[in-house]
Amino acid sequence: MIRKFLYLEWKAFIRSASFGTNLALKILLGFVSILYAFILLMAGIGAFYGLKKMNLDPLQQVNKFLIYYFLIDLGIRLLLQKIPVMNIRPLLALPFKRPTIVNFSIGKTLLSFFNFLHVFFFLPFTIILLIEGYDVVSVIFWHLAMMSLVYSNNFLNIILTNKDNVFAIFIAIVLVLGGFQYYHYFDITTYTSVFFDGLFNTKWMFLFPVLALAGLYSYTFNYLKNNLYLDAGLSTKHEIAKTENLTWLNQFGTLGTFLKNDIKLIKRNKRSRTTVVMSLLFLFYGLIFFRENSHQPEVMRIFAGIFVSGGFLFTFGQFVPSWDSSYYPLMMTQNISYKGYLSSKWWLVVIATFISTILASFYLFYGWQVYLTIVVGAIYNIGVNSHLVLLGGAFTKTPIDLAMSKGAFGDKKAFNTNTMLLSLPKLLLPVLLYWAGSSIMNPNLGLVFVAIAGVLGFALRDKVFTLIEKIYRTEKYKTIDAYKQKS
Amino acid sequence: MIQVQNLSKSYNGIAVLKIDSLEIPKGQSFGLVGNNGAGKTTFFSLLLDLIQPSTGNIINNDVQVNVSENWKPFTSSFLDESFLIGYLTPEEYFYFIGDLRNQNKADVDALLVKHDEFFNGEILKNKKYLRDLSKGNQKKVGIIATLIGNPEVVILDEPFANLDPTTVSRLKKIIRELAGNPDVTVLVSSHDLQHTVEVCDRIVVLNKGEIVKDIQTSPETLQELETFFAV
Repeated sequence: MIRKFLYLEWKAFIRSASFGTNLALKILLGFVSILYAFILLMAGIGAFYGLKKMNLDPLQQVNKFLIYYFLIDLGIRLLLQKIPVMNIRPLLALPFKRPTIVNFSIGKTLLSFFNFLHVFFFLPFTIILLIEGYDVVSVIFWHLAMMSLVYSNNFLNIILTNKDNVFAIFIAIVLVLGGFQYYHYFDITTYTSVFFDGLFNTKWMFLFPVLALAGLYSYTFNYLKNNLYLDAGLSTKHEIAKTENLTWLNQFGTLGTFLKNDIKLIKRNKRSRTTVVMSLLFLFYGLIFFRENSHQPEVMRIFAGIFVSGGFLFTFGQFVPSWDSSYYPLMMTQNISYKGYLSSKWWLVVIATFISTILASFYLFYGWQVYLTIVVGAIYNIGVNSHLVLLGGAFTKTPIDLAMSKGAFGDKKAFNTNTMLLSLPKLLLPVLLYWAGSSIMNPNLGLVFVAIAGVLGFALRDKVFTLIEKIYRTEKYKTIDAYKQKS
Repeated sequence: MIQVQNLSKSYNGIAVLKIDSLEIPKGQSFGLVGNNGAGKTTFFSLLLDLIQPSTGNIINNDVQVNVSENWKPFTSSFLDESFLIGYLTPEEYFYFIGDLRNQNKADVDALLVKHDEFFNGEILKNKKYLRDLSKGNQKKVGIIATLIGNPEVVILDEPFANLDPTTVSRLKKIIRELAGNPDVTVLVSSHDLQHTVEVCDRIVVLNKGEIVKDIQTSPETLQELETFFAV
């Protein structure tokens, strides 16, 4: 039975229209994964001796911060780990047992690298504990408890993904806890470390996480199983629709027509709605870099400057025209010129970047220099990156199935590893320019360089648009063909 | 109105459509029938520049469709549900198409009132998005949307499929009315011989990508077609 599923998965992967892109991304992702695994491996080995040197008990110190380790892990999962997406409908009427289908979906997530990653930390750490003469049974129980918690996070991710805005609430909790600890108001670790120490010291306590894991598994199993009906998890929820005319946009002509449509697109589909929430989170990204005692290298400031105003550009803009994939043939046969279509998307991105820049004015608190960096980043986003996302869009032929992304089995994460990887090249050039300017004279010259690139891009707008239009035209038939494939 | 020359489309060396020459005069109602895989949808997709021809070309009102986009203002079409925008309500969809075809809200409203009977109370003011409508109701929306903005060429792929009997007869009335207008060229494809014969002046039979029959509709046409398809 499982072999049949694996066969289907394999075919779905190699026969997907975006196979080339998928493969390239997977390989790139492989490298990133190896890097992170290596970092954690080093941490796992180094933590013990490092902490020992500081005259601290390594296990107690690790236990102290485990609460943050697992909270951050859950946060990263909520952001990046995909939940099982399978083309389940055709399987329902075939002789597969429902539990088998559900277990396969769950099994797919268990094999995820997000679980595997933690072995790189906990396994070496555990082995060293054993070598250093900690009580063997306790260490093994502790290790079991840790693994159970890792997998509990896996299930929490599945359950929580289906709730709206959990991620934002979650980040807020972590920030508040971390903030309180930093300023010594309230230290949550004093309470949680009792629990984590207990996992080691009290022989039977490891049963708590194991039982929690079992409970979460059966909850997830039942949740997915109960949703395995065409009118439950596999269906699209029927919302009460309200006709909105947004007549105030009529004054912008054709552009207004498209903007109206895009606003509705964003409002009425979960995946696109999340992009807006995500782009708001991007606003705060700079806080990591612009703090006074930040340990980040100087050139990374422009990196942050671009990210702060570029949230919408990266999460939404990068998937133009995939947002329109389900009705792309309509767009191609209606009375629409490519230029009009593209420039409406361009304006949407530009407007969003502009708004982000205004919202980011709270960075003035950190001084003019910081806000200037953000403004320069915005100029570059508008002048260069806005064109790059449109250009990239001509080649990103992954359809986004808006309607399917609503059920329990749908993919609705707006920001995923693909978004991140696609973003990186767009940051390379400004970082280089900034670095060049800083090395020749000072950071201000770096900012000038980046700003000039942005202004140049803006000035050449018409030429660039003609070029992009030409590329869209040649890619048109391939794109239509690729969008025909669902998922 | 529409001229086809040496048109062919092949995938991996296998020809799926081959039309040496076909001329559809202005005002004609043109029916395309054939079995599955005969090339009906392929022909319409070529006509709408959704796929590229392997050889030859199609000229729609003096515009070669794979070279210029100028056929778009006077051509409207509904092939399948990928011509619908799922997250819009039917009203919003009609106004969106109206905007693109330079029709104001009043023009669109007038058209909708005219086809109120066709909608059978299941489309307008129903508080549903297009994605939540049944297949048949989605089709009704798509078909009426092609009438917005007085197009000169209307292309409908399998318009009768998925519709209930009452709606089919209402649709035939709409197509006949369109066909009666000497400025409008209607192209319809179907599996259903009887419906096609009832609404079209001319019927072309495609078989494995080639034209095997080209007949002006007469009282004997249905019999002739049924004999042809009965094997």
